[in-house]
Amino acid sequence: MSTAADERNARAPWVLTAPALMLFIGVLLIPLAMTVMLSFHDWGQYKGIEPVFILKNWREIATDPYYAEMFWRTFRIAILTTLLTAVLGAPEAYILNRMDGRWKSFFLLVILGPLLISVVARTLGWALLFGGNNGLVNKLLMSAGLIRFPIPFMFTETGMVIALAHVMMPFMVLSVWAALQRLDPQIENAAMSLGAGPITTIRRIIMPQIMPGVLSGAIIVFSLSASAFATPAIIGGRRLKVAATLAYDEFLNTLDWPLGAAVATLLLVALVLIVVGSNALIERRYAEVFR
Amino acid sequence: MAYLELEGVAKQFGAQTVVDDFSLSVGKGEFISFLGPSGCGKTTTLQMIAGFLDPTRGAIRLEGKDLAAIHPAKRGLGIVFQSYALFPHMTAAENVAFGLEMRKVPRAERAERVRAALAMVGLAGYEDRHPRRMSGGQQQRVALARALVIKPSVLLLDEPLSNLDAKLREEMQIELRQIQRTIGTTTILVTHDQNEAMSLSDRIVVMSQGKIEQIGTPQETYERPASAFVSQFLGKTNDFAATIDRTAAPARLVAGSWSAPAPAGLNGAVTVSIRPERIGFGDTGLSAKIVTRIFQGNHWLFQCDSECGPAIVIRQNDGERQPAEGEAVRLVWRPEDMSVRGGASA
Repeated sequence: MSTAADERNARAPWVLTAPALMLFIGVLLIPLAMTVMLSFHDWGQYKGIEPVFILKNWREIATDPYYAEMFWRTFRIAILTTLLTAVLGAPEAYILNRMDGRWKSFFLLVILGPLLISVVARTLGWALLFGGNNGLVNKLLMSAGLIRFPIPFMFTETGMVIALAHVMMPFMVLSVWAALQRLDPQIENAAMSLGAGPITTIRRIIMPQIMPGVLSGAIIVFSLSASAFATPAIIGGRRLKVAATLAYDEFLNTLDWPLGAAVATLLLVALVLIVVGSNALIERRYAEVFR
Repeated sequence: MAYLELEGVAKQFGAQTVVDDFSLSVGKGEFISFLGPSGCGKTTTLQMIAGFLDPTRGAIRLEGKDLAAIHPAKRGLGIVFQSYALFPHMTAAENVAFGLEMRKVPRAERAERVRAALAMVGLAGYEDRHPRRMSGGQQQRVALARALVIKPSVLLLDEPLSNLDAKLREEMQIELRQIQRTIGTTTILVTHDQNEAMSLSDRIVVMSQGKIEQIGTPQETYERPASAFVSQFLGKTNDFAATIDRTAAPARLVAGSWSAPAPAGLNGAVTVSIRPERIGFGDTGLSAKIVTRIFQGNHWLFQCDSECGPAIVIRQNDGERQPAEGEAVRLVWRPEDMSVRGGASA
């Protein structure tokens, strides 16, 4: 083959991916770089944004315990949500996988169905059920005399974790489901024939094999929960801010864009570090199962 | 007394009968093959013995005890699955040790037995490998070691060699037979490969559509097939339409221009079947024309067009002159080499 043709072949992938690449650079990388730059700018009530390079915003985040508390809450909620989806989602996927064909597809649809409904609508559903004295469940329980005060749900971390777990469940179930598909269909019979009871089989044989699925589901759920906006905004409101709602408020209420940019950047960096770190850990730990 | 006994075992899925009236008694130390095409119910029968399926009717007894009352995990049978079903997150040694762990065998004895089992299947030194880092043949050996290390009362093999290539399969057949002979475990092999069944087993159970067609030694099933299905499934065969002529005295069995004294007790139209290697070329007999002649090294394969339809003949390559394509020949065989089926009783 001639060198000209070689060159053309080498260029072809770039030419072919150019449109997607341009879009990626234009709408993701450039705004991201601008956000990072923005976080080093100055801002004042009357002077607005000043394009200078200072560490004011970063120093404020590092020293004011308000931000530490807020980031800590963000990750606490994300971790609890992840645990809840793992504890409920993994058995759910396992049971689903053992169902007969027709029921299996029906319940898979039930699990995936919520993905078709907007997060806002789903979260408002929780608010309708538990929102203060007028929430449906609270009203029923109080009129039945079972509880004297409404169950605290709105503006609580518990409420946020439950609502988030509900929103994130499909991601965990699908991820574990995918891991279950890789299982040898005879593996449980094999364990049984060697004398293992059902509990031992699940603990020693099934669990270790679906763990990669649980963990990759956990990474998805964790990063989506930590950066979730709609659910914390509706359940937590202004009283219980997380990183995403704080950044939103700084941008659109206080109009302190540089501070909002710093919060957003920190959230992004923290998430990337956590996700990449745990991913590397998982891949090393479960190298044999992944092969 | 029979060691493992199946009595009138049947399995139905809905309206479909997958296994029907399966009765068999297996002696201790015997090597039995369930042979049949896919869907004949051989794997279902194996799974009922293993306890993964419950029989709809009938009883399975091991040393006189009804197996239905014993949970599959307590039956103590060793099973090698078609897909091996090794535990991918455990090393070869951990896989083999699992059954011993479940039986609460002390650690030191466990390690010794695992080492011995892996050595027996020729995998000494592979203890710390994970299954996915092993070849198909090695995985197969780990699966065999895992099933044998628990000293099972019966070893069940579900098409264990079907995922291996031809050469490896032959090696494993020999090895499997040697291991089974050495340790004397009663073994049931499920296979669709007639060569495998014939070279490994003491007795073959030929199955078709959920029913037993014949139970017999490899030689019996090959030489005296009980049905047309058995004769066709086990190797190649020629089926010729023939008649028994009782008007002649003594009565004659006639197929085209070939004839022989009629066997007693039959009359009318019958089918005779003869193995291709038992047919020779002679001066009298069934007249035929050679259509194709294929040289296969140690033997010749002839496809002929005979008076009674197509026929296959296999001749040893013994240096004699063989007929050429298009040549007219006469096919002869000894009456004792054929089996005669059908016909009314005389």
